[in-house]
Amino acid sequence: INCLQFSSLLLFCFGLCSSWWGGVQMGPPDPILGVTEAFKRDTNPKKMNLGVGAYRDDQGKPFVLSCVRKAEALIASKQLDKEYLPIGGLGEFTKACAQLALGNDSEVLKSSRNITVQTISGTGSLRIGANFLSRFHGGPRDVYLPKPSWGNHTPIFRDAGMQLKAYRYYDPSTCGFDFKGALEDISKIPEQSVILLHACAHNPTGVDPRPEQWKEIADIVKKRNLLVFFDMAYQGFASGDIDRDAWAVRYFIEQGHNIVLSQSFAKNMGLYGERVGGFTVVCKDAEEAKRVESQLKILIRPIYSNPPMNGARIASTILSTPDLRSLWLEEVHGMANRIIKMREQLAAGLKKNGSSHNWQHVIDQIGMFCFTGLKPEQVERIIKEYSVYMTKDGRISMAGVSSGNVGYLAEAIHAVTK
Amino acid sequence: MSVFSEVPQAAPVAVFKLTQDFTNDQFPKKVNLGVGAYRTDEGQPWVLPVVKKVEKIIVHDDRLNHEYLPILGLPEFRSSASKIALGDNSPAIQENRVGAVQCLGGTGALKMGAEFLRRFYNGDNNTKTPVYVSAPTWENHNAVFSNAGFEDVRPYKYWDGEKRGLDLTGFLGDLESCPERSIFVLHACAHNPTGTDPTQEQWKQIAEVMMRRKLFVFFDSAYQGFASGSLEKDAWAVRYFVSLGFEMFCAQSFSKNFGLYNERVGNLTVVARDPDNLKRILSQMEKIVRTTWSNPPSQGARIVAITLNTPELFTEWKDNVKTMADRVLLMRAQLKAKLQSLGTPGTWEHITDQIGMFSFTGLNPKQVEYMVKEKHIYLMASGRINMCGLTTKNIDYVAESIHEAVTKVQ
Repeated sequence: INCLQFSSLLLFCFGLCSSWWGGVQMGPPDPILGVTEAFKRDTNPKKMNLGVGAYRDDQGKPFVLSCVRKAEALIASKQLDKEYLPIGGLGEFTKACAQLALGNDSEVLKSSRNITVQTISGTGSLRIGANFLSRFHGGPRDVYLPKPSWGNHTPIFRDAGMQLKAYRYYDPSTCGFDFKGALEDISKIPEQSVILLHACAHNPTGVDPRPEQWKEIADIVKKRNLLVFFDMAYQGFASGDIDRDAWAVRYFIEQGHNIVLSQSFAKNMGLYGERVGGFTVVCKDAEEAKRVESQLKILIRPIYSNPPMNGARIASTILSTPDLRSLWLEEVHGMANRIIKMREQLAAGLKKNGSSHNWQHVIDQIGMFCFTGLKPEQVERIIKEYSVYMTKDGRISMAGVSSGNVGYLAEAIHAVTK
Repeated sequence: MSVFSEVPQAAPVAVFKLTQDFTNDQFPKKVNLGVGAYRTDEGQPWVLPVVKKVEKIIVHDDRLNHEYLPILGLPEFRSSASKIALGDNSPAIQENRVGAVQCLGGTGALKMGAEFLRRFYNGDNNTKTPVYVSAPTWENHNAVFSNAGFEDVRPYKYWDGEKRGLDLTGFLGDLESCPERSIFVLHACAHNPTGTDPTQEQWKQIAEVMMRRKLFVFFDSAYQGFASGSLEKDAWAVRYFVSLGFEMFCAQSFSKNFGLYNERVGNLTVVARDPDNLKRILSQMEKIVRTTWSNPPSQGARIVAITLNTPELFTEWKDNVKTMADRVLLMRAQLKAKLQSLGTPGTWEHITDQIGMFSFTGLNPKQVEYMVKEKHIYLMASGRINMCGLTTKNIDYVAESIHEAVTKVQ
């Protein structure tokens, strides 16, 4: 008898006393959530949570941007209805979202050859993109991720039916970019494969290519005829400047790459729980964009029908109201600056503690995350002995660092690495 | 050369195209009886007064922020939403074997349930398990299950076009003859699109067969409270099945009964055999959620949670729901009365026998085309009308137009 017959027999024998779900295994605990759980249980007053990637202010508190509060008040005064959004989302939002990424003068926008749909933040965007590629991309089913990449990239693409491969990216010996390794690996990727690039503030390493390096990458990607999937979850949050952070995306487009792009407003607008994101396909022309749009809707409808209004309404209000937009740019600059300052203070603190290691990478890396270079045993020690919580790969969220605890962090890191 | 040059133009989703056509129509007496959203007697969308109240509370509460919700959603939303479906005193809840996943609307809840079933039900990734949806059913049911990987989505007999009612014999017949362990999507109340629900006696018969033949119960509950005006009455079928001991899913939507359409508030209630099963199920649900949307949107869930968990607000909400249900019942009564007084051929009892937002008028495609093209009254090709689109101001025009369509067009 085959497997199906056997399990049917088994179920029959168990009868009504058994359950449909007897064979369902306990899912593995989420590694990052696990860090937060352990942190919560810790009673050490000096404990630090450097796990989760959500911005914190210098008091270690969640930060609701003023421009968000102002936008919410504006929206409340308008007494809008709650009618379903179109499948592709709020029109004012998708327009502003595309403009933010591509720039106001973008030729793509002028010729309407992009389709941008509102998505359930970055994850939702990647998932729709993955589903779209899975259904319509005629090339190989392989998606090439940088090594390492955000942990959730792999299961998202896999669940959508794609296969995962990798190209070298992070160099543990320098805690920097393995430019040579990346170019070598990319040059060998079979034509028409999909390559995923982090637009800025690489997660988890914080290591970004420099502009000259991006140019060479764009070149080799073109030679290999690869389909570029940009993941931009930190525009504005990385350098503090939205145009600077979108430079790679815009450069690739200028060079003729018709990219697909995921955007998230979770971090740069602090709209985490409102789930605001966008997915863009840069097409050959407006006609193709219409066809692609129709297919994206067909993909979206059986997942969640149409997206949530609240966050998109807030984001679009901010982006299209001049003083709110200026305020936002200031605040995002402020968040990025605080992170940069913490990096500088951490590096300085390590030096002050007498560390003999080179901590330049702490300053060179960018965005929310820092790949400290700590080895698993050192991570274990820093958690146990100093109550400094981070993920096993030595990644810390700089957002969890404040002027009040950066000194302690420097001591702790020095203690486990000397 | 484009990678997407071969991408074909997809047909638009019918119900949204209908609304688009309606919007573009310049005819002054046009009526939209298409999309399923509540309208006031002025033909306007209605933000529930209790919702406005709670939104103010939220906007002024400085302690609230926009941080990520847990993967499975806002805990106080999930538990209060499940309680609404199963009842405060539900033994299953007291036995700690009820859990939930906050999802993006009813669609999202169906999606999560479907994805879980495809992975874990009836074997390992058994995509061949038949999924039965009613004939007819909400047009998105098919796509939700087939996109989740099920290869065999089939209709079960439901609507009897001739007698304009439930084809119970056909339904029970399909339940008896289908492969064991098939999955059945049942409408908890206010069947979409027919508005025709089994009676309690009929539900008992359906349940008996499903239990005996080991069929999986997947309720779609999008109109609780909205159908009869009573939360308890509209949840009778769901609660009855739970009392029989089924392990089952119930996809709940708060789009209609809270008027929160665009905030995407839904809940997949899971009734398990015991707490251990529940724990394992929810842990796997987390994995599925994580690769689809990571965690759900907070605004709508907050509104619902605050309302359900605050006694005065809960009472006000039930009142608002009754207001909507009562207006629909009034429109049903008036439409039937007008058709009868016009002497429109056929029987029109089904207009008041049916329940909820929709009515299957019985108009054939040609008659529907006449309604749309000649009378500028927009309804689905199936003959489904949204009762909420009727108002005291347009009901005469609609009744007369139906009369014309039935008498002029065969």
